[in-house]
Amino acid sequence: MDKVKKIFGGDTRQLGMIFALVALIIFFQIWTAGLTLTPDNVINIFQQNSYILVLAIGMVLVIIAGHIDLSVGSVAAFVGISVAIAMRDWGLSWWLGILFGLALGALVGAWQGLWTAYVGIPAFIVTLSGMLLFRGANQYVGKSNSVPVSDDFQVIGGGYLPEVGPNTGYNNLTVLLGLLLAAGIVYGALRSRRALVKLGAEVEDAWVMWVRLALICAAIIAATLLFGSGRPGTSFPVAGMILAVLVLLYGFISNRTVIGRHIYAVGGNRHAAELSGVKSKKVNFLVMMNMSILAALAGMIFVARSTASGPADGVGWELDAIAAVFIGGAAVTGGVGTVVGSIVGGLVMAVLNNGLQLKGIGADATQMIKGLVLLVAVAFDVYNKSQGRASLIGLLMRNARGRGGGDDVTPPPSAETETAPINESIRQSS
Amino acid sequence: MSDPSTPAPGHAGSDVTSGQPGNVILEMRDITKEFPGVKALSNVSMAVRRGEVHAICGENGAGKSTLMKVLSGVYPAGSYDGEIHFEGRLVEFHNIRDSEHAGIVIIHQELALIPEMSIAENIFLGNETASGGVIDWLSTRVKARELLARVGLQEEPDTKIREIGVGKQQLVEIAKALSKDVKLLILDEPTAALNEGDSQHLLDLIAGLRAKGVTCIMISHKLNEIEQIADSITIIRDGRSIETLRVKEDGVDENRIIRGMVGRDLESRFPDHTPKIGEVFFEVKNWTVRHPSVPDRLVAKHSDFFVRRGEIVGFAGLMGAGRTELMRSLFGRSYGTYVEGSIVKDGKELRLRSVADAIDAGLAYVTEDRKSLGLNLLDDIKRTTVSARLSRITKGFVVDDRQEYNYAESYRKSLRTKAPNVDEGVAKLSGGNQQKVVLAKWLFTEPDLLILDEPTRGIDVGAKFEIYGIIQRMASEGKGVILVSSELPELIGLSDRIYTISEGAVTGVLDREQADQESLMRLMTRRTPGGGDRSRESA
Repeated sequence: MDKVKKIFGGDTRQLGMIFALVALIIFFQIWTAGLTLTPDNVINIFQQNSYILVLAIGMVLVIIAGHIDLSVGSVAAFVGISVAIAMRDWGLSWWLGILFGLALGALVGAWQGLWTAYVGIPAFIVTLSGMLLFRGANQYVGKSNSVPVSDDFQVIGGGYLPEVGPNTGYNNLTVLLGLLLAAGIVYGALRSRRALVKLGAEVEDAWVMWVRLALICAAIIAATLLFGSGRPGTSFPVAGMILAVLVLLYGFISNRTVIGRHIYAVGGNRHAAELSGVKSKKVNFLVMMNMSILAALAGMIFVARSTASGPADGVGWELDAIAAVFIGGAAVTGGVGTVVGSIVGGLVMAVLNNGLQLKGIGADATQMIKGLVLLVAVAFDVYNKSQGRASLIGLLMRNARGRGGGDDVTPPPSAETETAPINESIRQSS
Repeated sequence: MSDPSTPAPGHAGSDVTSGQPGNVILEMRDITKEFPGVKALSNVSMAVRRGEVHAICGENGAGKSTLMKVLSGVYPAGSYDGEIHFEGRLVEFHNIRDSEHAGIVIIHQELALIPEMSIAENIFLGNETASGGVIDWLSTRVKARELLARVGLQEEPDTKIREIGVGKQQLVEIAKALSKDVKLLILDEPTAALNEGDSQHLLDLIAGLRAKGVTCIMISHKLNEIEQIADSITIIRDGRSIETLRVKEDGVDENRIIRGMVGRDLESRFPDHTPKIGEVFFEVKNWTVRHPSVPDRLVAKHSDFFVRRGEIVGFAGLMGAGRTELMRSLFGRSYGTYVEGSIVKDGKELRLRSVADAIDAGLAYVTEDRKSLGLNLLDDIKRTTVSARLSRITKGFVVDDRQEYNYAESYRKSLRTKAPNVDEGVAKLSGGNQQKVVLAKWLFTEPDLLILDEPTRGIDVGAKFEIYGIIQRMASEGKGVILVSSELPELIGLSDRIYTISEGAVTGVLDREQADQESLMRLMTRRTPGGGDRSRESA
């Protein structure tokens, strides 16, 4: 168990979610007799859920900052219909349409950010109002009709990477991207290891790193081949590409940039952040505005995929996005959460949905199961926290010891041993 | 208390340490409590005699609070080893309700009152005077008034909790405990948030309860108070009970207690320091600030003061005198509404409109309330260390995480923060080490003037000594230090000069040689010339 923990690193909370996702995929793969992991189905999962995952990226930032956004579905629908009409009536090209949509999203976001950050109205209220407001705006602008969009616009939601180069039986671009990603991860790992050695900090054993890299690369290559070997004409979807770029971008923003730090700081303790020079109003404003821009993008991806914008687009999306974020380990009280976690949380829901559909389970049962999964995932988190550890592995280890029956406890991993003598925390806190 | 095999309670001669006959109300035997990876308590034993005030002393993290949580059922029976005998019976509490039913009431450091409810409602919360679920408000009020009289609090029972000060809230907590027919009252740091006057009142009240037969267990860091009121003192160190002292019989004084707590003699409570004081570099003139929500109240009134390079300047004042408000209003107007006045630093007038301005101008402010204002408890050491001036380690908008690690690590070493590495979450650190991280965060901003608001509150003796050393080191490096503290010995021991504040105005200034507790107290309680009229004029 120690070795497993070493290989997957310290963030066991996120790790638990990834394990759950893998277990879920394996479960459905067996139950559906291999239907889950077919190229067409995997591509399908991505296309069907990319817009929810885009929303989850924005939503996790909102939730980290301590707010919530209930309006994303309505905003997405409002922007979707506006873009469709603008392209039809004003003759905007597809890329001008996208820019127009993003600008509209920014405007809507500025409106909601203004009320939330500068007037000080709770985001719950502001976005509840926005939910009604922009749903109505969607129906007003579109006169409750469906408006189709052009073929070139449809690419962002329903398109694939093109076929280039010799016929290898795989989609060459997809394979190339997969290999680049794997190479990039190996390069990054080696680079940060060198930097750590230079700093004189402790580094993990080389074999741990190599095993981990091998596992990651194997997973990437397997996924690449899966995406690349679909029906001719299909490959890694464009929407998936957009999503991947956003995950990298927002992962970086949340971890490594000033605004990212400030979002966590405001959500973790607003007063302390303000007394450290953080302009919390600005942070809240930007977070809310960013959410609406991403909602606009999600709305356009959906419209592109479904080839038309309609009055019922985006109904209930906010709940799917919020569920993804909380399954992904965010805290209702703010300050905690990760972009990657939310994506994993969203994928858990997506795979669940897809697998149940493949088995022909009705929508009624599916909803009940999804509701319970959300509850159990968060309950697991809460339970772990109350036990003073947020680790699936730790839980398994304790049980293993318990079965051993002996009183002598195996020494905990090094970090914990070092902590113990000075660490009055566990006794004092709570 | 070295002998674990203590005789049964309730018998003559059961008092293990002094061998004196005494009626033991509570005996805890060989209490061992483990958390995953940590033994918080190991074989702690103690006996409390009926009708005494029994203090529990120990450094932060020694296990005092854990022991009290075991006693009050927060940690239910079965989750720890050992026995608790209360009034001669072996007891097993599964929750707080059980222990309260037996007559043990604990008052936590963080008061458990609901601000929007009235005093009477709070006193009887969970214990309502009702028949068939319907509350009898008349008798509730009558009983509340009786209880308030017993604790000497002159407030109407209908007054809301948020309208009374923290000192009075503490009295409400005690009234609430009395309403439950308390036999053993546990007070966890009861005077931590109180000023000297309120503290004294509370201690008198505890003495009064003792006279009426209520036994008290008191946890406190304020050794002078313990010396004044306690009959017995049990010292806990590193999760073990070290000894039980009888104050009168053993002739216990503060130094004796400290020796027990740290396991050694503290030669001096303050490190040696020779001040190297330079010229005046920071000056505040005619500083006047209005209360943020009550416009006709001034929280700072025409205050003038200055700080020299290398000087530690103390600020003394009673609770509510406006020291924190003054400092926060200087720190980028993070409190109140600016009315008039100027800040001059290095000959230039500063206009600080935001906290970011103040940080850029070389000011740093360490808040009095570490947990709610000073730290993001979800963060780790390294992120906290750099959080107040990220610009120092960013290129564009990107944080350089290697520099972040380097700086955090070097501050951890130089301040001797006890943590395995800088990735450790700050929530896991003890109070003293948390405070060091906060200091590191502000030292990282490279300030010229460091404002410290109650920097040693809730910190144990050993860590205090280290913090004092850090403060003096900052001064030696030529920074100006403003030290706000409610502990007069600390102010006198560290400061080169001390200003006194009363009702938002500076009422005096004393040099190191002139300052003693009595003269400070006189200035701290002096009424402002003009009193309240002046504030109305200016508003």
